[in-house]
Amino acid sequence: MQEEMIFSGFGGQGALFAGMVLAYAGMDSGKNLTWIPSYGPEMRGGTAHVTVIIGDEEIGSPITRYPSAAMALNSPSLEKYEPLVKEGGVLVYNSSLISRVHQRSDIRYIPVPANEVATNLGNVKMANMVALGALVAVTKVLPLEAVAQALRDHLPESKRDLVEPNLEALRRGAELGTSVVP
Amino acid sequence: MAKELLKGNVAIAEAAIRAGVQAYFGYPITPQTELLEHMSLRMPQLGRVFLQAESELAAINMVYGAASAGVRVMTSSSGPGFSLMQEGLSYIACSEVPVVLVDIMRGGPGLGNIQPTQADYNQLTKSAGHGDFRSIVLAPSTVQEAIDLTVLAFDLAEKYRTIVIVAGDGMIGQMMEPAELPAMHALRSARPDWALTGAKGRQKNVISSLRLNADNLEDVNKRLQAKINRIRAAEARYEQVLTDDAEILIVAFGTTARIAKTAIREARRQGIPAGLLRPITLFPFPNAPFKELSVGSQQAKGVKAILVVEMSAGQMVEDVQLAVQGRLPVRFYGRTGGAVPLPDEILDQILMLAHRMDEAPTSGESFAMAA
Repeated sequence: MQEEMIFSGFGGQGALFAGMVLAYAGMDSGKNLTWIPSYGPEMRGGTAHVTVIIGDEEIGSPITRYPSAAMALNSPSLEKYEPLVKEGGVLVYNSSLISRVHQRSDIRYIPVPANEVATNLGNVKMANMVALGALVAVTKVLPLEAVAQALRDHLPESKRDLVEPNLEALRRGAELGTSVVP
Repeated sequence: MAKELLKGNVAIAEAAIRAGVQAYFGYPITPQTELLEHMSLRMPQLGRVFLQAESELAAINMVYGAASAGVRVMTSSSGPGFSLMQEGLSYIACSEVPVVLVDIMRGGPGLGNIQPTQADYNQLTKSAGHGDFRSIVLAPSTVQEAIDLTVLAFDLAEKYRTIVIVAGDGMIGQMMEPAELPAMHALRSARPDWALTGAKGRQKNVISSLRLNADNLEDVNKRLQAKINRIRAAEARYEQVLTDDAEILIVAFGTTARIAKTAIREARRQGIPAGLLRPITLFPFPNAPFKELSVGSQQAKGVKAILVVEMSAGQMVEDVQLAVQGRLPVRFYGRTGGAVPLPDEILDQILMLAHRMDEAPTSGESFAMAA
């Protein structure tokens, strides 16, 4: 089993952090994994993305052209990765910011109103955790509880008060994600 | 010790600290800056020396000074900064003091960009400065290996009193992977007997790269060459993956090698026996496994072609050709300027090669190196 995922959004939307939470969860579950961000000029103002590969075997390439799952937090990310997701793969997108006709019939689209849900939970910045919850629930790359535990274990001391709201965002995302899957 | 999720640059810095580095001098440059940044935090905490110099030129000369005083020392940079360090490196090589240097390669030539490349290969392995010398060059392909090779770099530098370069690229520097750091090594209490420690009560030690007399300088050169030959004989390291039955052998190092592993896995799924030979030391280049290759043909099992893959215009190809001695066709696929070959590109090259091998050779050499 190897899941090759891309997390993408505007700088500040927390795509890289969502990938890192999943990476921590992968490590704590004893999986092999790589986390590699875009660190080039695109970080300054445009779309930032990170590739996370989690698997049981040794990870060869830490990058991929055709991810098995993608998370698009903004419209440019969706446009970039919609054509690239592997056949049968998953595309989780932030339907609060993206309205677009699906271009393909061979992938699973998971629209999640991430901004709206996060705002209702108290902070729009948690949109990334809503989307992550959906992605984890749909791909089953790891048990949701492993991801929740990673949040508890790896959020720095200074941000401990954010654990509970983020866990809730993760859970809401997971529910929404599973409710979309046919 | 438990695994931690570590970024390559940070892992290298922390590994050096655990290996007992006493002083770090450097100048920031992407994509290695987190290495310097980690040093700036940790070295003062531990009461060791961190200094951000005014330039790479200054940094390498501080390194030279510290090494001459018998201090375990290192620096790190990327292409443009490394080029500035070449004068100092040549002095260091001639003076035979141990120095560890990390080059996290970025797209070039020139100021280029900050994306990954392997195009410093020739500079690192063949010509890290003027005059006759070679540095040991270690090329990690995972964060764990970056840690292990950094620790090894200090041992080798001191064993041979030479420059050891850890050669990574922007991808290995920026990537996070679970990895295990070594335990904290006790700092060396005594300084080596050749070091400049103050000559009171003993004969003076001289560390210099100036030898005006040709005979004297030739003696130094002979000693350096003898040392390089000892390194060649003892320190070549490599990894072989699925080479036992391979008909197409990929030769790649560092990041490119691990990308190739994915392509090889897929090629095998499609019934093409591909394998990987990964030099871990770029200098000394591992010639032995090439000599031991069984050469295949239409009738006989064995390797039928070699595919070198690099993030450069093909700098390692020449070393592979020298090692192969014309016994096998050597093809090349490379990306330059910070572009990274993706697994499907390498797979395409493997498929093309496999297809061509199935065709009857027309005349003489069945295929030549790609342009």
